[in-house]
Amino acid sequence: MVKVFIYPATSLILSDMVARFGHEPLGSAIGIRERIQTPGIESPPLQITPEEPKKGLKWAAVEVPSGVRGRMAVYGPLIEEAEAAIIIRDPDYAFGCMGCARTNELIQFHLRHKEIPLLDLAYPTSDEEGVGFVAAIKEFLTGLKTEGSA
Amino acid sequence: MAEYIPNYQGTVTKYVFVESPLLTPKDLAVKAYEISAGVMIKETCFGLQVTGTPEEVEPLIEAIREFDPTHIFIKDRGFPPGDERRCRANLGGARPGYLGHEFEMQRVRYISHGLGRVAGMDDTEMHAAAARRPEEERARPLDPRRLKKLIEAEEP
Repeated sequence: MVKVFIYPATSLILSDMVARFGHEPLGSAIGIRERIQTPGIESPPLQITPEEPKKGLKWAAVEVPSGVRGRMAVYGPLIEEAEAAIIIRDPDYAFGCMGCARTNELIQFHLRHKEIPLLDLAYPTSDEEGVGFVAAIKEFLTGLKTEGSA
Repeated sequence: MAEYIPNYQGTVTKYVFVESPLLTPKDLAVKAYEISAGVMIKETCFGLQVTGTPEEVEPLIEAIREFDPTHIFIKDRGFPPGDERRCRANLGGARPGYLGHEFEMQRVRYISHGLGRVAGMDDTEMHAAAARRPEEERARPLDPRRLKKLIEAEEP
């Protein structure tokens, strides 16, 4: 089982595909769940504490706004853990404030520089594109070698 | 600052989305309750939320997926069901994250079609299908630079 980072990190389709073909999807829910289930000081709504922008310094420079560094504290450890990644190009719904936009750029930058197997796709808009989309993901995921396998 | 003591520690929550002509969320909930063996299941308008320890949830969602493999989609959720920070019963309006689900649920019909077709393909056919990029053949909006050239080329 290979850990596959999905972008957009909240994608239902990618999360399902990765799990369906026998691997472990790494997305926002994993990072958020870790914070939601850790006791500490109440910091609603996502339990992002003032410590997070400091942790985010590992993946974003000090002059980067704290909002981006705080977000990177959630995604950074997941990117480090990832052994492969699937990226959907220009997902319409992943827009947001400037903090989200810059974090999205930084996530893709880190993934593309990590020298891990990477699949780049666009959302399908027809049945034929759907066949290509699923076939590309299935071929990519079945080709991933699990640690220790030949 | 108040102390934070989380509910449902050590559990995982999964969303189960169903977009099937043969299975409604209600039917799915009834079938899931029959095999749930005490795992917490919440019925929603789009499917279910399943909460329990990873050892309980994993086999259950695999069994749920088998009800209609090409039309059931599953993903992780960070929050437990009914959490006051996310539940629309407390916040009003659509739940944060609903926009993303709404967007992707418009496209899962293509994924369902793809899953059905790919299941019957051998390696060669799958490779050929994966290598095709029909999205690159989509009609594109006119490039503004080209438009400018067309305007400038017009005779006075």
